[in-house]
Amino acid sequence: MIGMIFILTWCTVGMIRIIANLPKDDRKRFFLSLVNPKIMLKNIRDIFCDCLFHVKLWKRNRLLGYMHSSIAFGWFMLIVIGHIEVFFYAPHRAKLLYFPIFFRYFMAEDDSTMGGAFFFFLMDFFLLVVLSGIALAIVKRVHSRFFGMRRTTNPSFMDLVGLYSLWSIFPLRLFAEGFTADISGGSFLTESLNHVFHAFLGNHMNMLPTWWAYSLALGIFFCALPFTRYMHIPTEILLIPLRNAGVRIRHPRKGYAEAEVYACPSCGVCIDACPMGVMKTHIKDTTVYLNRQLRRHNETRIEEISDKCLLCGKCTAVCPVGVEGDRLRIAQRSARKYNISPDYSCIDTDILKKEASFRAPASGKVLYFAGCMTALTPQIRKSVESVLTRCGTDYEFMDRDGGICCGRPMLMAGRFDAAEEMIAKNTDIILGSGADTLLLSCPICYRIFRENYNLGKMRIVHHTEYFAELIGSGTIGMLHGSDRYVFHDPCELGRGCGIYDEPRAVLSAAGELVEAEKHHRESICCGGSLGSLTLGFGKRQAMTENALHNLTAASPDSIVTACPLCLSTFHRYADRPVMDIAEVVDRNMIPADSNDIDD
Amino acid sequence: MMNFGFKIAPSATINLDNVDMEKFTLLHEMEPDVYKCMACGSCSATCPAGRFTGMSVRKVILDLQRGREKEAVRMLKGCMLCGKCSMVCPRGINTRHLILSVCRIYNEDKQ
Repeated sequence: MIGMIFILTWCTVGMIRIIANLPKDDRKRFFLSLVNPKIMLKNIRDIFCDCLFHVKLWKRNRLLGYMHSSIAFGWFMLIVIGHIEVFFYAPHRAKLLYFPIFFRYFMAEDDSTMGGAFFFFLMDFFLLVVLSGIALAIVKRVHSRFFGMRRTTNPSFMDLVGLYSLWSIFPLRLFAEGFTADISGGSFLTESLNHVFHAFLGNHMNMLPTWWAYSLALGIFFCALPFTRYMHIPTEILLIPLRNAGVRIRHPRKGYAEAEVYACPSCGVCIDACPMGVMKTHIKDTTVYLNRQLRRHNETRIEEISDKCLLCGKCTAVCPVGVEGDRLRIAQRSARKYNISPDYSCIDTDILKKEASFRAPASGKVLYFAGCMTALTPQIRKSVESVLTRCGTDYEFMDRDGGICCGRPMLMAGRFDAAEEMIAKNTDIILGSGADTLLLSCPICYRIFRENYNLGKMRIVHHTEYFAELIGSGTIGMLHGSDRYVFHDPCELGRGCGIYDEPRAVLSAAGELVEAEKHHRESICCGGSLGSLTLGFGKRQAMTENALHNLTAASPDSIVTACPLCLSTFHRYADRPVMDIAEVVDRNMIPADSNDIDD
Repeated sequence: MMNFGFKIAPSATINLDNVDMEKFTLLHEMEPDVYKCMACGSCSATCPAGRFTGMSVRKVILDLQRGREKEAVRMLKGCMLCGKCSMVCPRGINTRHLILSVCRIYNEDKQ
């Protein structure tokens, strides 16, 4: 009872605090979304799917999904049916919160409850479901591999308190109900247990200690809940409507970020996902531990963890509750104070504008922005230019002699003002050129151009998309060779922008496409990411080798990627050729004109 | 004094005894790699900001070692943090983090 009151006040205060900390327009959007029937339906569906059925965990591993959904859904049904029971048999007590929980203790079986055999059966059934889930949870503590998890989270002390009290609640409930089954009625589980007990314990007074123990375990669980990972149960219910309302992280600690931190169930799915996990020393730098340190306000560790991350976004992609590990870290970085702030006002954009401008009318033309990274891998820009020239596209090279950085690396370091300044400069140049397609070679640029630039009606494409289109429309033909290619999804292109099918379409046209062991959303970062501020070269080697090992699982002839940074990183350690997709297209393409001649 | 229309260039001598190295010591504690730099200039050659603002990590490190804070800070203000310098560094220095550390330790007001 005390536990119940405590947790309800705590949750209400917490909810009000989070909502109060949201920026004004976000708060307005949130309240509006609550009355919007479409979003409301989505909220309800998401809460059922994520909180109760754990659909995302089912997709990951069936046993893991069953374990979580049996406990969550089983418990939920116990509560619901418990309330229905009370409503039917003791309507005058229905307003008391504790009554359904201890229903069997208060009620004695008589003529009126006999009809409840159906409910009793359901109660016992769901109790069995929960118990099976808890049995699995105990097995998982010892052997997490059965559940498809190589590593699990190391629980903190308070987590253990919560864990053990949660584990003990349901067996104790079973015992307690078993003892009273002959008085209050029961079903297949409790009644048979009752017979067993009667074989050696005749006195009904024995039931009291078990009921006390049951109520004590419940009380401890609820009192400890706010300080344990189980806080995710109430927080997730708040997080889902917030997310559906379109609220995003604006402040490193308050508002939506706080909701995400407390919604983390410490399940540890992100530990196996993290590309840094190949080295044991980095395990404590995964998102689970970031969230734990954020709850504890341990500033030194928060800084360490958030600076080390590669920002590949895989933890965000696999997270069953949708905690955005990468965005959380960028937000932490943005809170840092620097004494020297960049100032690009002295950069003269006139030269760049002149370089980017078209001689003839520019409508329908392509502006090619290779990006800083591509300057280190000239084969990409050479191939792209060659393809563009051979299919007769009228294009202009925006940064032939180097241009202004897109701003994404600066944004990743959390320095938003400086990034904004670069964005403004580039926008000015690009709009000034008058072209209506912006072609990019670097996924890092591509992402910030899509997310943070406002280029009006101009189309922003990455060269993978552009080539896929050219091939699809028949502008260029591809020579289908016998080479086996594997495609490495760059973090920013795949998880960042959702481009998965276009590069694969291009490669299937050029040869045989094989998949890596982990691909699409689960692709492993090459280890060269600009996201990490503190990781030095030596520490990245193991990650790159791990990523290469993953890619070569199907023994392809060459590794193909679409990111200059991945390309140069893989080049260093790969045992077979690494190419950019532009090189493959350049090598295998047959321009449409020559096709006609052949005919 | 006779006016020849030109003068001897001002002395470029730096008296290290007069230079306050406290901040550089602090920087060295945070970034031990700063002494690894052999001033090869790979970073300056790849720097996209160098074309516009004269930014050069090599010069920044040298200037800081010699106590010429003002010049170093002026250059750092042009850095775009693209990270290419750390990719090409033959000594494997994490120049990107070095730049961020310098931005934290040194002040632009005290020029």
